[in-house]
Amino acid sequence: MVENKPGVLNRVASLFRRRSFNIESLTVGHTESPDVSRMTIVVDTSKTSAALVEKNLNKLINVIAVQDVTHAPIVVRDLALIKVRAPAERRAEIMQLVDIFRAKIVDVYAESVIVEVTGPEAKIDSMVDLLHPFGIIEMVRTGRVAMVRGSGYRAPYVLSDNGSNGLMVNPIP
Amino acid sequence: MRRTGAQMVWEILRREGVQIVFGYPGGAILPVYDALVDYPIHHVLVRHEENAALAADGYARATGKVGVCMATSGPGAMNLVTGLACAMLDSSPVVAITGQVASHLVGSDAFQEVDVTGVTLPITKHNYLVNRVEELPRVMKEAFYIARSGRPGPVLIDICKDAQMASTGFEYPESIELPGYRPVLRGPKEQIRQAAAYINAAERPVILAGHGIILSGANDELRELAERGNIPVSTTLLGIGGLPESHPLNLRMMGMHGQAYANMAIQEADLLIALGMRFDDRVTGNLKAYAPRAEVIHVDIDPAEIGKNVRADVGIVGDAKHVLRQILPFIEHRYRSAWFAQIERWRGDAGARDILNQGFPKDMLLAPYVIHEIWRGTGGDITVVSDVGQNQMWEAQYFQHDRQNQLITSGGLGTMGFAVPAAIGTKFGRPDDEVWAVVGDGGFQMSIPELATVVQEKLPLKIAVINNGCLGMVRQWQELLHDRRYSEIRIAGPNLVKLADAYGIQGQRVRRPDDVAEAIRAARQCPGPVLTEFVVEPEVNVFPMVQPGKGLHEMLRRPMPSRIMAMAEKV
Repeated sequence: MVENKPGVLNRVASLFRRRSFNIESLTVGHTESPDVSRMTIVVDTSKTSAALVEKNLNKLINVIAVQDVTHAPIVVRDLALIKVRAPAERRAEIMQLVDIFRAKIVDVYAESVIVEVTGPEAKIDSMVDLLHPFGIIEMVRTGRVAMVRGSGYRAPYVLSDNGSNGLMVNPIP
Repeated sequence: MRRTGAQMVWEILRREGVQIVFGYPGGAILPVYDALVDYPIHHVLVRHEENAALAADGYARATGKVGVCMATSGPGAMNLVTGLACAMLDSSPVVAITGQVASHLVGSDAFQEVDVTGVTLPITKHNYLVNRVEELPRVMKEAFYIARSGRPGPVLIDICKDAQMASTGFEYPESIELPGYRPVLRGPKEQIRQAAAYINAAERPVILAGHGIILSGANDELRELAERGNIPVSTTLLGIGGLPESHPLNLRMMGMHGQAYANMAIQEADLLIALGMRFDDRVTGNLKAYAPRAEVIHVDIDPAEIGKNVRADVGIVGDAKHVLRQILPFIEHRYRSAWFAQIERWRGDAGARDILNQGFPKDMLLAPYVIHEIWRGTGGDITVVSDVGQNQMWEAQYFQHDRQNQLITSGGLGTMGFAVPAAIGTKFGRPDDEVWAVVGDGGFQMSIPELATVVQEKLPLKIAVINNGCLGMVRQWQELLHDRRYSEIRIAGPNLVKLADAYGIQGQRVRRPDDVAEAIRAARQCPGPVLTEFVVEPEVNVFPMVQPGKGLHEMLRRPMPSRIMAMAEKV
């Protein structure tokens, strides 16, 4: 959770560069509160510990709270738009795949379609694999966003006692 | 009450208790300098903006208050960069105010426009770009709070020229709303008890006292912990002055050029109690070989420091003073006589290797001797501001720092050219103190223009230039690590006595050991600034030395002179 102010993305990105932390994906978007944006960052922790990343993020003044959700029960979603070669004779095959993956065709053109698929990363990876033989013209993925399951809510303004982590899961009263 | 942005700057500085600002005017900050005329704040005109930042840093370290520096956009702000980085690495509370081009020109490569917040992002604790005058009071309130609270650090405020000129109703906010910034002062109870249990059980503990002791004002608590628990203390370079060095429990400085017995104690310890220090590489040597048998208690106000370099068995996020007060009631006295006997054996060996105990030709002037004489000649009752390199290490070794926080030096960044401008800031912060700058001929030549500032401000600084005609520490590394392939270490300089004279400063040159004491006396007696040049032996090394990549115990020691070796063999 970060303050919704100009330059905050730069501060976060700069921190990762400065400390040589490797970002796999980063998404930013609005939250339920207009003053707060939420970033979901996927980091390769084989080189740096998640705790170190978390502590450094917490040092940024505009960062309100950080939560490592690697081991939390979470819903993770990634969205991909995939433009696939789809001549008339193969279109049915593609549509079958789209059905199986509960994906959608969101644009149709003479020789191609755009497939929209949402889900955990692995699902999208296999969709991409299966579409490969048809000829992928271009593809874009959002990167992962995540939310902890259940009715717990991470109050962005509550800090834990030791200050090491701003996020707490508070049951909704 | 309507105020222009420029007026607000001074109004707010006054309310924040700022009495002095170090700066240099220029186009994009003209409105602020215009408003200065109406406000009772002393502005010190430096000769280069870097020195404004370093002077503000020196002032902050000398007083514990926020130091303020000011510069114009573009080149002015860029010149602050080194000083801000210095304050950042040493956690020094500095607020820098820079002018920026008018907001409609930002991003257009206008005259003297640089993305200052972009450039200073990694070397400030936080920074702000102010486009609108309405934002200024809140931003300045936050800036001062952020600079001085938690782990202190520099905060930069870049103010667009139109925001300086625009006016609006002025109200200084009472409170601060920073949802993402809540420094923690007290440690969690459980860890406090755990730490105390570790301390009470330890047989070979060492306290590692860092800058955090001084920043939090925990000098008394540190002493109390050491005495109550009977625990030896070693300090980092910036921890010097946390505990009097004549205190029997003080092992003095650790690390690359630390005392051999302090380093040995750390390597053999079964418990390290790290207080407000960050296990910098200059302090630990090779991390893989560092204190192999020790458990570690690490107290630091910055959570990101705990476990960064050295794994902590007990990590406590908090302010050193608060945490020590929490721990103290649980501490029990222990004798640990075997441990102290061992440390004394290491200490005895160090004395024999001291260059000042080895006997040297009567006409040979050694830098360590000069430092030692400054300590003796002043009774140690001064504030010392040292530069960087050999002069700095010898100052740390041969000046016995018994007064609280009496050493001011650039640790993390190792900023050459720090001493003179920081001494200017220090003197303003401690006007009743005798302030000495100890600086090599290299660092001094980076600072020469500030002699004019010293004169203009009538500051009775005592400047000791340790002149060995070369870049001493670089030469030492080239000698020891690069096979004496000397590269770019000979540095010529002006006639310093004539130079001093040209600035209207009393100058003197010392070449012989016999004349050192008298020169120091003369410098002290002069009511104004004095520049004393000590022409010293060039090829002297700082020992002990932990070479890069080596463990702390694998120190390169000063070779024993053959005379002593021969005596030892006979015995």
